Amino acid sequence: MEKVALKDSGYRLKKAKILHTKKMTANEKFFEIALRENSPLDHEPGQFIMVSLPGIGEVPISVCSSPVKRDSFDLCVRAVGKVTRSLHKLKAGDEIDIRGPYGKGFPIRILEGNDLLIIAGGLGIAPLRSLITYILDNRRDFGKVHILFGCKEPKEMLFGDELEDWNKRTDLHYACTVDRADPDWAGNVGVITTLIPGVDIDPIRTFAAVVGPPIMYNFVIKELLAKGIPENQILLSFERNMKCGNGKCGRCQIQNLYVCQDGPVFHYERIKNLSEAF
Amino acid sequence: MEDMQYVILKKERFNDFISRLSKMQKLIAPVSKGYNNFAFEEVSSGSDIALKYIPTVLPLKKFFMPQRETLLEFKMAKGADAEAVVELEPMTIFGAHTCDLAGIQCLNMVFSERPKDYNYLTRKNRITLIGLECNEYCDEYASCHLVNASFPGGGYDLFFTDLGDYFIVHVKTQIGDEIVDVTGFFEKADVSHMNDLERLRDHKRKVFSNEVPIESKKLPELFDKSFRARVWKDLDERCLACGNCTNVCPSCYCFDIRDELDLSLKNGVRFRIWDSCQLEPFARVAGGINFRKERSARQRHRYYRKFRYSVDRFSRFFCTGCGRCTRTCMAGISLKETLNELIKESEDRVWKKWL
Repeated sequence: MEKVALKDSGYRLKKAKILHTKKMTANEKFFEIALRENSPLDHEPGQFIMVSLPGIGEVPISVCSSPVKRDSFDLCVRAVGKVTRSLHKLKAGDEIDIRGPYGKGFPIRILEGNDLLIIAGGLGIAPLRSLITYILDNRRDFGKVHILFGCKEPKEMLFGDELEDWNKRTDLHYACTVDRADPDWAGNVGVITTLIPGVDIDPIRTFAAVVGPPIMYNFVIKELLAKGIPENQILLSFERNMKCGNGKCGRCQIQNLYVCQDGPVFHYERIKNLSEAF
Repeated sequence: MEDMQYVILKKERFNDFISRLSKMQKLIAPVSKGYNNFAFEEVSSGSDIALKYIPTVLPLKKFFMPQRETLLEFKMAKGADAEAVVELEPMTIFGAHTCDLAGIQCLNMVFSERPKDYNYLTRKNRITLIGLECNEYCDEYASCHLVNASFPGGGYDLFFTDLGDYFIVHVKTQIGDEIVDVTGFFEKADVSHMNDLERLRDHKRKVFSNEVPIESKKLPELFDKSFRARVWKDLDERCLACGNCTNVCPSCYCFDIRDELDLSLKNGVRFRIWDSCQLEPFARVAGGINFRKERSARQRHRYYRKFRYSVDRFSRFFCTGCGRCTRTCMAGISLKETLNELIKESEDRVWKKWL
């Protein structure tokens, strides 16, 4: 068997350098990363990349920064497996390899001019941060913006400084809740669905973007439909196991869709009847 | 080259042809591995080849998409770039049945779909395919007629049909034409040969019929109605989740990607390796949630990938009717039985509506 270099390989890696890291919670770490020669990643909000540590493995991670920032991009990584735990050990100056971006992100051109209701559960804030920061970078292109964020406990809250900033801004509405409060917590307590009825929206011109743990979707969607948001204006992003990112390896398949290529962002209307989706 | 070109090869020249072919490049053909067991292996003479054989244990995909294949080579040194590679071996495959040719057509469509998989496509372009017609059914497990794979439907360079004293050979591609020219054992087919071929095909049209009682074009509709069918529950209780059915399937291509370092821990490779949607961890995410936890859901997924999803995506069935999944299943799960059950259940539903 002869081995030949393959220029067009879909598995080719790009070298990238970690510029900055920050421990966010017990399980999540923030990375700011630049490609060689600071060439732009050219992603859409909601897309993901494959992050490689050669010798250890490769994992799909959502990009959590706005494409407006072109010299570098951000990742927020939860340590749950071999590769992500190894990633957590890296620091500024270390190199990683990436490929991508992959998949279909949030349909920015469709969202422009409309109101947005952004709902993030836990780590779901990471992919949504790419959308939120994009919106803030292009604030005039969008109507009213509501951000609802929920997590289990206050200590699991990601991007705390930015949440504070969003809370102070007058050009968007922000609310958050925790499932379980601690003694220092003065805000809302309860699951994220409790925040939805109180949001003042015009459902016909509102698009909802929802990312969170699988369990959250059914409950949140029920509330959004009760609010009167049409099914084709609810956007969801799915988490699945992925190995190739090219719609081949089969792991991320939901019936006839491949999350890595057809998603990860889907219109609810398109996937509502797929039994393996939720 | 004419669109339809037929030549003949007399049986007494077959061994010379095979010897000659094996000297041109590596030659693969079905060989006997004991009672009713066959495998595609390297051969050098015609006597090695089993001309009458039932589907081999593994289909041809093992040459097109090796069980394990290197994608990247890398050094652990800081700043070293990983190199993307493809593993290649030019070869000729002789004796592919129509079910296995259909399997390769399926894989071709999958790996040509954007984003294209150049590892597969580069390797595929180095493989010459010579088909061999099934004059009769191989055994009771086959369901090739149901999925339109019982007669030749392209996907080969040359196609052999055994007509007693000689083979009639359809020359389909430039590469096939070159083999005919270079080996020099072939003669032009005349009307009598064409009539012999037509007689065989007539005979086949009588012998081959849909192996389960449904029109092929109704299969997608049957599956549309069958997502919650009882039979999936039945398979849940019987399936051992071993993954044999997908390993032996000519059109199953799911894979895992893994890294491995050599003993010096300085060099490594990233490779892909056959995986199976029937195995428990396949659709499990890092957080522990499994989107196809039940065996019923995994078996159903396998069937839908063969008869429903592929129709949307590639306008064809991905079942080639070879019968391998049934032959290999330790729990006796039979594709034909499952389809029969689905048909029965769907008919029951119609009756219930009337009563």
